Amino acid sequence: MSELRVRAGGLYTTVQDTGRFGHYHMGMPPSGAMDTYSAVVANMLVGNPDGAGVLEGTYIGPTLEFTDDRVVAVTGADVPVTLNDEPVEPWTAIRVRSGDVLGFAMIRAGCRAYVAVSGGIDVPVYLGSRSTYTLTGIGGHEGRKLADDESLPLGAADGPGPGGAAVPEDLRPDLTGTAQLRTVVGLCSYRLTEGGLASFLGTDWKVTKDADRVGYRLRGGTLDFTEREQPFGAGSDPANVVDLGYPIGSIQVPGGDEPIVLLNDAVTGGGYATIGTVISVDRDRIAQTKTGDAVRFDSVDLDTALAARRDRRERIERVRSRIAR
Amino acid sequence: MTTEKIQLPPARYEYGGDEFVFVELDQAMSLEANFAGMAVTNALRQEVIDGVVDICPSNASYMVQIDPDRLDPRELVEELRRLESTVGTLPDDYVLKTRVVDVPVLFNDPWTHETLMRFRDRHQDPDATDLEYAARINGFDSVQGVVDAMTSAPWIVTMLGFVPGLPFCYQLVPRQRQIQVPKYVRPRTDTPERTFGFGGAFAVVYPVRGAGGYQMFGMAPAPVFDLSQSLPDFADDICFPKANDVLRYRAIDMAEFEATRSEVEKGTFRYRIREVEFEPATLLADPDAVNRELLEVLYR
Repeated sequence: MSELRVRAGGLYTTVQDTGRFGHYHMGMPPSGAMDTYSAVVANMLVGNPDGAGVLEGTYIGPTLEFTDDRVVAVTGADVPVTLNDEPVEPWTAIRVRSGDVLGFAMIRAGCRAYVAVSGGIDVPVYLGSRSTYTLTGIGGHEGRKLADDESLPLGAADGPGPGGAAVPEDLRPDLTGTAQLRTVVGLCSYRLTEGGLASFLGTDWKVTKDADRVGYRLRGGTLDFTEREQPFGAGSDPANVVDLGYPIGSIQVPGGDEPIVLLNDAVTGGGYATIGTVISVDRDRIAQTKTGDAVRFDSVDLDTALAARRDRRERIERVRSRIAR
Repeated sequence: MTTEKIQLPPARYEYGGDEFVFVELDQAMSLEANFAGMAVTNALRQEVIDGVVDICPSNASYMVQIDPDRLDPRELVEELRRLESTVGTLPDDYVLKTRVVDVPVLFNDPWTHETLMRFRDRHQDPDATDLEYAARINGFDSVQGVVDAMTSAPWIVTMLGFVPGLPFCYQLVPRQRQIQVPKYVRPRTDTPERTFGFGGAFAVVYPVRGAGGYQMFGMAPAPVFDLSQSLPDFADDICFPKANDVLRYRAIDMAEFEATRSEVEKGTFRYRIREVEFEPATLLADPDAVNRELLEVLYR
């Protein structure tokens, strides 16, 4: 069986695909690539199905050595990529052969880079997915991030592929500036005062160092809760509610001063008031923010959320047709 | 003793972005709210609607995860409203078939004590332990009093989640006898595996080590989560608790804790489990009588 050698694991690199669904009711989040668009497009570039296993590198990417003829593509964060220490283009299908080494320099913008290899990262499928969920050590490569000096199995590729296909600039995400996160306000947003909600939407929030695949903690303002007699079973703190389900992308504000946006490895429920949900498309965007970056929440309705989802699907199909040409 | 019937407000329907519908049955916890959620989610599960990815009942609410490319969230909400008006409550003769399980707990254990001492700055009462604080604010003279209250009557699993296999348990006693505590002022970054925790009116066992906001009262020697599936009770599932399980938390001493731990480590531990059925309507009318029956079946 062919393998991919991991010379260096990077800071936090995991195997991901489009996620593990149907287990949220027992407390298991979907995991999966945090930036769906970049992961799907990386697979497309190398001729894989959209849901093939890819590597998600965080901040510092891995160093990878190939052991046979493959096509590789790097998407996601804006980061210089090298092949045998020579710069190569991201968002482009690159032919590699045995002994070639793919490396990363420091990230310029964004946070997560995706590496797709033709044939896919072929770790065992667990509960329908190859995605890694590190909290309980499920899926991916031994349920954990990659370490130095180990190997990953690769699937069979349909020939080495032509290489050279590239995603046009206008179909690559813009990762500069403040991340605008379109958000459907609701759930338990009644817990905030009018001023609290206005402050939530009007603040430039900074990503703290507590920002990972479970969720992002933000700082930058203080939100006021309405006074009430706490309902039975909630607990006495004003941010407490009777424990309930947390949607992926939902935002909670324990203590009023540290909003938490839950992401792909979310805790699936708990007892802090949720005040809205980042739309699915913009989870791709927050996934590309890092400690110190600024984010803003823009209130949108469900129609806008659904339209954004259609737009992303159209963009993916445009990439597919450009690559096929 | 009988309890006053709780009337639920109209359900509140909310969109959790484009991929989730959240339905709040009541802001307050009650068995009535939980049973109403059970009625609607059972009915929804039977309909097998294309685009429904997951159905997640919670304590006094529920959530449905959808694929909006296949199912418009607005259409789902219409269907949920229809279900609320047709099957929104369990019929009086509804019989819940479930299991009752003995769950041993060592209260005031050294491991959660060590952890809680590290996070006093995030607690409402830094000078007391979590259990001392809970006893005081619930009007008990001693820690033993609050432990007796938690172990005298069984609990029902009203929600699974936070992390895989964590059971949220609500005690089968009238509201005025329920114990309530707030969650930590700020969540901890660490909780030992198998911690017996308490927040709001809910008792939990943490499946894995990790962050947590619940007060820490003790430790269970037996796991609720077993990724290796080496224990017989985990042969079919990495998570032991199921929705609607009835759990009896039983206080044990260090000797029994260590004996149970060694059974777990040898791979021979089995929970004491009995199949039971009861009518939720009867439980609401006379909880003490139903509890006596449940415990009688469990230790027969």
